[in-house]
Amino acid sequence: MYFSRLKAAAILGVCLLGLLVSLPNVLPAPASWVPWRTVHLGLDLKGGSYLLMEVDMTAVVKERLDSLVDGVRQALRPGGIFYQTLEAQLEQNRVLLRLRDPTKTDAARTVLAPLVQRDGPNNAADMDIAATADGTITLTLSPVALNARASAAVQQSIEIVRRRIDETGVVDPQITRQGANRIVVQLPGIEDPNRIKELLGKTAHMTFRLVDETANANAGSTAPPGVEFLQMQEERGGKIAVRKRVDVDGGDLTDARAGTNGQTGEWVVNFKFNSNGARRFADITRANVNHRFAIILDDKVISAPNIREPITGGSGQISGGFTANSANDLAVLLRAGALPAPLTVVEERTIGPELGADSIRAGAISLLAGFLLVIAFMAFFYGLFGWFANLCLIVNLVLMLALMSMLEATLTLPGMAGILLTLGMAVDANILINERIREEQRRGRPPLAALEHGFQRAYATIFDSNAATFLSHVMLFVFGSGPVKGFAVTITIGIATSMFTAWMLTRLLVSQWYVSVRPRLLPV
Amino acid sequence: MFIKPRMRLAPDNTTFKFMNGRIAGLVVSALLSTASIILFFTPGLNLGIDFSGGIVMEVRTDGPADFQKIRGALAEEHIPDQGVQRFGDDSTVLIRLPTQPTEAGTEIAVSRVRSALESSIHGVKIVRVDAVGASVSSELFRNGLLALLISLLMILAYIWFRFEWQFAVGAVVTLVLDVTKAIGFLALTRIEFDLVMVAAILTILGYSTNDKVVVYDRVRENLRKYKVMPLRDLIDLSINETLNRTLGTSMTVFLASLPLALFGGASISGFAMVMLFGIVVGTSSSIFIAAPILLFLGEKRLRRDTVAVEVPESGAARQP
Repeated sequence: MYFSRLKAAAILGVCLLGLLVSLPNVLPAPASWVPWRTVHLGLDLKGGSYLLMEVDMTAVVKERLDSLVDGVRQALRPGGIFYQTLEAQLEQNRVLLRLRDPTKTDAARTVLAPLVQRDGPNNAADMDIAATADGTITLTLSPVALNARASAAVQQSIEIVRRRIDETGVVDPQITRQGANRIVVQLPGIEDPNRIKELLGKTAHMTFRLVDETANANAGSTAPPGVEFLQMQEERGGKIAVRKRVDVDGGDLTDARAGTNGQTGEWVVNFKFNSNGARRFADITRANVNHRFAIILDDKVISAPNIREPITGGSGQISGGFTANSANDLAVLLRAGALPAPLTVVEERTIGPELGADSIRAGAISLLAGFLLVIAFMAFFYGLFGWFANLCLIVNLVLMLALMSMLEATLTLPGMAGILLTLGMAVDANILINERIREEQRRGRPPLAALEHGFQRAYATIFDSNAATFLSHVMLFVFGSGPVKGFAVTITIGIATSMFTAWMLTRLLVSQWYVSVRPRLLPV
Repeated sequence: MFIKPRMRLAPDNTTFKFMNGRIAGLVVSALLSTASIILFFTPGLNLGIDFSGGIVMEVRTDGPADFQKIRGALAEEHIPDQGVQRFGDDSTVLIRLPTQPTEAGTEIAVSRVRSALESSIHGVKIVRVDAVGASVSSELFRNGLLALLISLLMILAYIWFRFEWQFAVGAVVTLVLDVTKAIGFLALTRIEFDLVMVAAILTILGYSTNDKVVVYDRVRENLRKYKVMPLRDLIDLSINETLNRTLGTSMTVFLASLPLALFGGASISGFAMVMLFGIVVGTSSSIFIAAPILLFLGEKRLRRDTVAVEVPESGAARQP
């Protein structure tokens, strides 16, 4: 029961430090350089929107296979190697090719070999080329390379999502990766996430391609090779024949702004290319004066104007029946860049600030009521030793707040329930101690010995019983999601702080009391 | 009240013969758990959207809600009448939609309901939207189950490590019985089973383990102290000695949870109800289930020595 001055000072120091660290939660920051960490309120308390989005991985694979088909076609063309079929097989992650003349298999292999890239981990080949005697060649993408590509796609998507959301002016958005192919977007204060979902729902891949004026898209015929029929964006717009070859890609845009056309007053999007884009754009427009070119966004033709003169300045204008809003949205999307693959919202949770405030109120009332009930119980059933426990309970609350502030943990409604339960369980340690001391005293031990033995014996029990609870809540943290994680965090922190208060602080309080009073009988 | 305790939950030196009721305890528990398992299959749990998937929207109106009008507005979106319910008070309405056939459909349905309500009812506020796609809901369910199983395994391993296998098996069998009863309670009361309920069940698990460890700890201590006392009397003694603590802690946790059940609001009061039920079950199972199982398993085997060797059956441990 003896505490050296140093040890006593250390215990009190921890308590004071806890008080200090938890202060930022109730006081405003004095200056920007002071580290002012507070507990964050979860979206369920302050209102806002949580979106879980999934990156469409098949789209990533499909795009890779499509470009591989393109590569095969271009590699075979100069050598005069002809094929019967050339197709991407999405299920098997491969491109299948059947030669017309099986004797040219080896020649084909030689020209296809440069398609293999070795930029993956350990310089491994990103695909495997296999051929059979009957002239069938397969190019199978390696799973490792595909995974690396998918992972890069998710990472890139996060970046694009962040840029798009930043453009909308949402304060403090949180965008994080979850698992292999998911992105969590948290938007505090957003009551209606529709506009953001619309912004994120578009891949916004823009291409500039020439219109094929010889093919008729409306006759229901099939498109000639290298040409596809795409839908015009306007309501009653029909289809239009567009070459598959991409002349300039939206990736070469450096800026896009909504504005109005000086002559017609119509809403337009003004854009600028980087030097590469500007050069290619100039070449195309110079070579195709009086032909039409199409501006395509996500496989829809926004407009297909006639090229009246070469455009060499590297900037241009898109018109296409925009409103102020749609022009603005398109400008945002173009500035932020295209998503590598489509995103789908698989989970949405939106809480209005009104409901959040209700939850805070309900949580606070319950917390206060529960706290008072526990304090009254301890005082009633354990007297002075109950008040020691109550003091520890208050310190426990402060320490919990301090730890949560330091970790900048998020407080959710289940988290508040967790705090309350912790209060109930934290006094368990004190109850164990009190009961043990009482027992030791009734066995006839003098006060000091009863205290010594009581604390000593109770400690083993406290440790074992808390360790088991601790383990099950760590599991909850690992496998839980959203608000439930908040619950697990508060309980695990609560267990840790209550071990400290029960074992250190209670003992210090009791020993100080004992030294100053020297009672002949302990009032337990 | 400030110095002397005013009251005791149980007198000191109680000598209840708890183990006399061991058969009754086990039978009652087995019956309740069997009933719970039957309830789990019919009528089954009232799955919340976390696990069933679908859409829930909470809507507030100025003054009492006009259900006729809301249902009318939603009928155009092909939402059946039973999907629109009163929630909490008169001006709050809960709208439920089933899982949409595709993930993208969920998103479209949410915005259609939103615009249908906002255009036809004046002053309507959508205060909450929860939309969970089918793939996410099955994943959440799997993760919840996984958390439960791994928790049980860790508790098993921990108690085994710190005590003996008889203690570990006794605790985990009791915990499984506790959890089935909590699930039966959920099925019976039709409280919505969602992610927060998984947290509630895991908390009950934690609390109940805590309670069993305290009793076991005393049994372990007494095993060293009273080398010749029959296990049955020894367990009775241990329970009696820890009775005040057992009752005290369950009281404080109960008192702490009670306000949540009363004022916690619609979403958290269900959680608190399950907690209150779990506290009662967890406390009684320490005495009437975990202890008898330990008695059955350990009667002839539990070592009566601090030395880490099994005492052979014919050894001193069997002395009456």
